[in-house]
Amino acid sequence: MRARVLIRPKAGILDPQGQAVERALPALGFTGVSEVHVGRLVELEVQDESQLPAMCERLLANPLIEEYEIQTGHTAAWGERASEEGTAA
Amino acid sequence: MKFGVIRFPGTCDDVDAQLAAARVGEAALLWHRDRDLQGVDVVIVPGGFSYGDYLRAGAIARFAPVMESVIEFAHEGGLVLGICNGFQILCECGLLPGALLVNDHLKFVFRQVRLDVVDHNTPFTRNCPPSLSIPVKHTTGRYYSPEPVQVVLRYAPGENPNGSQDDIAGVVNNAGNVFGLMPHPEHAVDALTGSTDGLTIFESLRTAVGERVPVA
Repeated sequence: MRARVLIRPKAGILDPQGQAVERALPALGFTGVSEVHVGRLVELEVQDESQLPAMCERLLANPLIEEYEIQTGHTAAWGERASEEGTAA
Repeated sequence: MKFGVIRFPGTCDDVDAQLAAARVGEAALLWHRDRDLQGVDVVIVPGGFSYGDYLRAGAIARFAPVMESVIEFAHEGGLVLGICNGFQILCECGLLPGALLVNDHLKFVFRQVRLDVVDHNTPFTRNCPPSLSIPVKHTTGRYYSPEPVQVVLRYAPGENPNGSQDDIAGVVNNAGNVFGLMPHPEHAVDALTGSTDGLTIFESLRTAVGERVPVA
């Protein structure tokens, strides 16, 4: 089972990376951008997807400062996606 | 008295911590895969980049075999000092409240800072003067806790190097036997490097251990 975990800074916690990106975009001419947040993406191949929440709580995320979202079933594997999209080196 | 300094792969301040501790007592290195704490009185979790700081600073180190023994040691009242990456590890493993976030300015900061000792009634600060001059060097030092915490050290007004909540530089747990701080007292023990204020933290520990009633 392919899974993807999206990890974001919790709402209300200062996200200086998101702010830096938000400030950089207008400098390139992209206007009307707001609420930018930068997080982390973890891709996994798991045999038992019921273990994913525990993995997130114990290691992949720090629930005190981050929130996570688990996606399963529709994500291509790492290498597969790269070759499909022609982005492999 | 005997200090034990933990060495993880990627730790880089273990030798300075050991040299600093050796000025007030015995100091041994403890390897991350060993569970035996060698009968030390104080465990120091030093600074650096344990396990490369992959995922989050301190996130992997908290599962090291030695940390199981450190957690047990702390629950039995043993004295634990976490410096910088060590502070991050103690927060990740739940021995201390809160978490450390990337500095608000996103940059690595390395400079001498002035600290106010706001609690002298701890085994870590009893011999400290009211104010300390100690260096910080980190990228992930912005302390955050949604709950009230027992603050021991604050950055002096105007000195906050990372956007830390309420200028917090160091906290203890409720029991008062586990202390974490972002500044590096082990780098401030010799006049040659500008300050010996860090030594007062190690001296406080010697005093505290000396006064402890031996367990029957």
